[in-house]
Amino acid sequence: MPFIPHTPDEQREMLATIGVDSIEALFEDIPKKFRAAELNLPEGLSEMEVRQKLEKTAAKNHTDLTSFLGAGFYDHYIPSAVDALCSRGEFYTAYTPYQAEASQGMLQAIFEYQTAVARLLDLQYANASLYDGGTALYEAIMMAVRHTKRSRIVISESLNPIYRVMLDSYTTNLKLDLVTVPHKDCHTDMEAMLAALNGDTAAVIVQNPNFFGTIQDFTALFDKARELGIVSIISTYPIMQAILKTPGRMGADIAVAEGQSLGLPLSFGGPYLGIMACNKQLIRQMPGRIAGRTVDKTGQTGFVLTLQAREQHIRREKATSNICSNQALCALRALMYMSLLGPKGLKKTAQTGIERAHYAANRLERLPGVRVINQPFGNEFTVRLPVRAYEVIDKLLDHKFVPGFPLGRYYEGMDNHLLVACTEKTTKQCIGIMAELIGGAL
Amino acid sequence: MKTIFQDSAKGRAGVWPKEPRGNTEADIPAHLLRSDPPRLPELSEIDVVRHFTRLSRLNYSVDSNFYPLGSCTMKYNPKFTEAVAAQPGFTSVHPLIPQLKGAGNMTQGALEVLYETEQLLGEITGMSAFTLQPMAGAHGELTGVMLMAAYHNDKGNKKTKIIVPDSAHGTNPASAAIAGYDVVSIASKDGMIDPDELEKVLDDEVAGLMMTCPNTLGLFECGLERIVKLIHGVDGLLYYDGANLNAIMGKMRVGDVGFDIVHLNLHKTFATPHGGGGPGSGPVGVSQRLVDYLPISRVVKLEDGQYFLDYDYPKSIGYIAPFYGNFGVILKAYAYILRLGREGIVRASENAVLAANYLRKRIEKHLEVPYDRICMHEFVASAARQAEKGVRALDIAKALLDKGHYAPTIYFPLIVKECLMFEPTETESKETLDGFVDDLIEILGRVESDAASIQNAPVTMPVQRLDEVRAARNMELVDDAGL
Amino acid sequence: MNTKALLYAKSHEWVKIEGDEAVVGISHFAQQQLGDLTFVELPQPGDQAVAGSEIGTVESVKAASEIYSPVSGEVTAVNTELENAPELVNKDAFGAGWLFKVKLSAAPAGLLDADAYAALCAAEAH
Repeated sequence: MPFIPHTPDEQREMLATIGVDSIEALFEDIPKKFRAAELNLPEGLSEMEVRQKLEKTAAKNHTDLTSFLGAGFYDHYIPSAVDALCSRGEFYTAYTPYQAEASQGMLQAIFEYQTAVARLLDLQYANASLYDGGTALYEAIMMAVRHTKRSRIVISESLNPIYRVMLDSYTTNLKLDLVTVPHKDCHTDMEAMLAALNGDTAAVIVQNPNFFGTIQDFTALFDKARELGIVSIISTYPIMQAILKTPGRMGADIAVAEGQSLGLPLSFGGPYLGIMACNKQLIRQMPGRIAGRTVDKTGQTGFVLTLQAREQHIRREKATSNICSNQALCALRALMYMSLLGPKGLKKTAQTGIERAHYAANRLERLPGVRVINQPFGNEFTVRLPVRAYEVIDKLLDHKFVPGFPLGRYYEGMDNHLLVACTEKTTKQCIGIMAELIGGAL
Repeated sequence: MKTIFQDSAKGRAGVWPKEPRGNTEADIPAHLLRSDPPRLPELSEIDVVRHFTRLSRLNYSVDSNFYPLGSCTMKYNPKFTEAVAAQPGFTSVHPLIPQLKGAGNMTQGALEVLYETEQLLGEITGMSAFTLQPMAGAHGELTGVMLMAAYHNDKGNKKTKIIVPDSAHGTNPASAAIAGYDVVSIASKDGMIDPDELEKVLDDEVAGLMMTCPNTLGLFECGLERIVKLIHGVDGLLYYDGANLNAIMGKMRVGDVGFDIVHLNLHKTFATPHGGGGPGSGPVGVSQRLVDYLPISRVVKLEDGQYFLDYDYPKSIGYIAPFYGNFGVILKAYAYILRLGREGIVRASENAVLAANYLRKRIEKHLEVPYDRICMHEFVASAARQAEKGVRALDIAKALLDKGHYAPTIYFPLIVKECLMFEPTETESKETLDGFVDDLIEILGRVESDAASIQNAPVTMPVQRLDEVRAARNMELVDDAGL
Repeated sequence: MNTKALLYAKSHEWVKIEGDEAVVGISHFAQQQLGDLTFVELPQPGDQAVAGSEIGTVESVKAASEIYSPVSGEVTAVNTELENAPELVNKDAFGAGWLFKVKLSAAPAGLLDADAYAALCAAEAH
């Protein structure tokens, strides 16, 4: 049998030691009436057969598309060293570093990851990772609710709608009041947001760049929130954070992000990486693992999991979160990615995406009836077309082009709006073809 | 070892992306830009490679060491699953593609993987339908409890509490509480749920019971049949924590027994790597009466063999993940199940239980095994006797590290004093198990003669015992180098 | 401190009554059970303490435990030293490790004397 080392002789020896005469005898505790009949599963395949089968399955996915899809999930180049390093078995076949002395590699890496995230987002602390950007937002809300003992949450409609529907599901059974403030021409409506804050509000949530790609400054909003004792939460895009005003500088209390852009493939939706950083006052409300630096008996520096009294294995039903397994290997990839690019490489990556997106916006605006809605934007922007966006997408799919995401899917009255993303992988030539194809489809 | 920030030099860089051509910063007003670049690591590529290579060597892992960490099923992670999952045909697919009108045919391979995996897990567990969206076991638990709430709300049942045995994983009560339920804990008797105790706390407000079987002591719950009847008697739902499925695959299907909800840990039972703490995957299976409440989207197979994403489930609990779960992990588990097939799945459980009982029998002469009976895939021992001589479970765990073994889970479950929980899995050879026991015996032999050598362990690791109190008090959670 | 003169809650807090004011801490036995404390979360002056209700938390590396107020009334002072030195509770649970003071709104009720509390600890230690 694959992966089972025992020879028949060894099995017999082991059974003799146990004092039973068959493996079947080991399962006698399971009542006869509950015993399973033979499973209706296919026969096992050899390794070669499995690989051949799944090569065929993979080939059924179209990978020859030229895509301008983003919507919070971006196709960035991943340096080869990330895969080479991350695939070391010492990392990926270990588990949560419960025994610190035998897990210093992972613990130090978590500590370095926390540091890199805290520096990128300009806040004091970060945790070791959460599942994804959406669940990180949910956890941020719960931090704010515990901290303020209030239950009203003010959310900008320009927050990624994929996350907004997740928040709706997660809060169904909790006594929370989610208030969504409509966007204004793809911008977060600052006046309406300010007016929505009050003394019962636990948290205010915005995104930068927002779902439409618009970049804004939320300093004034967060100032007002602080006056009212409200926790300010901002969802960010890590690559853009290389150049954009930081959550810390704007006065955010918690910053979260989808970390996929930092060296993780799109991989049909996961595994991704929930990034979370917070300021000092909220550290004891933060969910998830946290590594800390300390010393051993001889005074030598080392790392341990710390502040564990917040966690489920100690607090049980009173824990800050139920999270146990996280996305450690994804966090490690993000750390490797940030380490390989450094501040300069990350900035260039951001700038190249911005440059391509502005080129694309220019090309598209030359088409009759096409207008770019938001300003300023980074590597993603919204255009209004003279026809329905999905019709244009449908026509371009025939040419193996995906020109963007149809905003009408989540926003009423925006059926003609298309969300277009570029990264450093997008070439000007492809942008030119895409613009011509859209021109032909109008 | 120095941190990567301590090793940085200003102006150095690893990977050099091309210079952008335009003056991009003119596109964004200055007040929206950050004033200083982030102080990320600045090293040449080779120094980044060396840094992480050196870090990796400081870890014990399944690839390098026996890892009998109870309740975590640290079995061998076959390498071919990595190769399968690394194919660009899977890694490069944007998750929004199948949601675009007209692009449904462009991700048929990925949707097939999801659909087929759901079918296989359904057959293995006897559940009616699965969602693969939960991204870890605890996430599956939360999803499961949300399904419970949706069921009871839909039926107009007034339910306020969930029963959790005191031997349960800490994630169980935490998940129940997060979903808005009160947690009622019941005490174990002889290591098992006592149906009489259960009956005492049972009333119409009980939404359900969360349990794992075999339980965290590695014992099969003898009162299972009565427990199922009792819970169903108050229209409660039975939740199965699948952390321990490796004990019963092919021997018992939890759906046949009457469980309504089960979460699996693909990173345990189905051999996907644990990644130093994740990513995992925690699919949730349900009985027929809960199918309508599963999260959306769901993958459906049409008569012509095409797959599509279906959102039309008005009773669904909604979205619990941005997309379809940890696809890369699901893919590895799918490849593993295809490799093992009908017979291999059963043999995995059989040999896991064989190994655990062999280890138990060999250890019981040296370490107290409080529940002296056939165990399933894992068992607990107690170092209470040794603790009287000053050698605690923690000390024994640390001494095992010096012998080149990772430690068993310690101090869990909470109901056994000085607890050590061993789970050898089916992939470890008899020689490995014997070597481990010999080393354990040698350590225990020193309790009388040289307790200090155990209390001071480990001495051969990169660091000795670390000051956790200092870590928690000082809260040095980020590096200040280079600031 | 004369620990014989104190009153005790079953949840291991001690109370020293001084006129209409009470000083509250956790017992030596409780700190022993928890181990080295790493964090103490206290109420704010002005908060209302309700006998038997949660009013704070003590944490060690491996455990966390709620503090239940043994008496009712307004919190008048808290031991701010503990913010940076939670170890004071370990070193001197009945003295420098006191937690908070309450201006009593009702006479304490349902508390144990030193002998009864010693018996409780002896029973729990087993």
